[in-house]
Amino acid sequence: MTAVDSMRPAIATVRAVRRETADVVTIRLDHGDRSDAFEPGQFHMLYAFGAGEVPISVSGRPARGGGVEHTIRAVGATTRALCRLRRGGTVGVRGPFGTAWPVEEARGRDVVLVAGGIGLAPLRPVIQRIIAERELYGRVTVLYGARTPDDILFEADLARWRGRFDLQVGVTVDHADASWRGHVGVVTTLLTDVDLDPDACLAILCGPEVMMRFTAAELEARGIPRREIWVSLERNMHCGVGLCGHCQMGPELVCRRGPVYRLDHVGRLLGVREV
Amino acid sequence: MPRHRPIETALAEHPFLAGLEARHVELLAGCARNIRFAASERIFESGGAADDFYLLRSGRVALEVHVPGRGPVTLQTLDPPDVLGWSWLVPPYRWQYDARTVEATAAFALDGKCLRGKCEDDHELGYQLYRRFLPVVQSRLQSTRMQMLDVFAASPAGGDAP
Repeated sequence: MTAVDSMRPAIATVRAVRRETADVVTIRLDHGDRSDAFEPGQFHMLYAFGAGEVPISVSGRPARGGGVEHTIRAVGATTRALCRLRRGGTVGVRGPFGTAWPVEEARGRDVVLVAGGIGLAPLRPVIQRIIAERELYGRVTVLYGARTPDDILFEADLARWRGRFDLQVGVTVDHADASWRGHVGVVTTLLTDVDLDPDACLAILCGPEVMMRFTAAELEARGIPRREIWVSLERNMHCGVGLCGHCQMGPELVCRRGPVYRLDHVGRLLGVREV
Repeated sequence: MPRHRPIETALAEHPFLAGLEARHVELLAGCARNIRFAASERIFESGGAADDFYLLRSGRVALEVHVPGRGPVTLQTLDPPDVLGWSWLVPPYRWQYDARTVEATAAFALDGKCLRGKCEDDHELGYQLYRRFLPVVQSRLQSTRMQMLDVFAASPAGGDAP
């Protein structure tokens, strides 16, 4: 896609809307040929008419019906407008933009995916891809941390993934009342149950930066080198093509060189305040 | 008839006690017993005498605090091979929180009162126990701090103005 094309939105139609939690919605968009043209980890700029444009990661392909899914949390004016969309509505779409998760590099390796909060959405296409070609990977572990049981995303997917004999799935919440029978504690506590082979493992982390920092530290303590740990950075992305500079993080323009990075390339920036 | 292994053997295999000398395992075994709890059973209650600690073997335990108006709130769950309880180490030896099983749970219960005496008599044993408990305390403190940060709370991101 040329820079000019990248700045011109295509019109996409909302084919389906699924409420995930009180403030998170997944929409299935059909934007013709572009629907299939994404790699796990990439994002689109979605334009809610009259409200604004925001970067939203692709959260997967629907099980049926074609198109592409985006999972959106209502946190501001634009995302609230996107979450109010109904079937048949339209949005402007630019992209896909950004770098992808190292799905091919992970082939033949054990893969540990650690997601926190809405961070499960950008990892869902990776998990879908791995399941589709499961024989190409070693042991696969999915660890997910949410704020409360009511904030757990993709519950049906998690239940399905948990039911497989070839995936290890752990779910935890930070806060719960006594009716919750699952695990309570931060997502790093789930790592203690995972048998990690530092020589064979590739780790993929997505969530708030604090969560990724502590998870990466735990993985490093278990012997996984930084070059085998991948993270996704969220920044204030506007143009999507590295022109406007809003998403700059030190020397990095996250919309173009990210959002997916190898930790040894950006780890030092994560420790710098106000970057 | 099933053969029961001596408790020393089973204790020595618990990851929390890995590397402990045989004589110390033997000392611990003198204060240890096997214990089972049904699901939803209260193990201890805040304010009660903290005279035991538990090495989990199976099941799940929730550490809870009762919040007036909200009822019991789960602070953390513990799964094998976690250790439950360190208040027996710190005066005034009272539990700070409630512990309740989420599912049927088996554990070694160790008599902390008895062990406090043994640690006074054998400082090497005390040191070995403290060096195992301190990382547990550090890890739980770290987890609690992260929970307090509430990192998954909604905040405007990606240039989406509130």
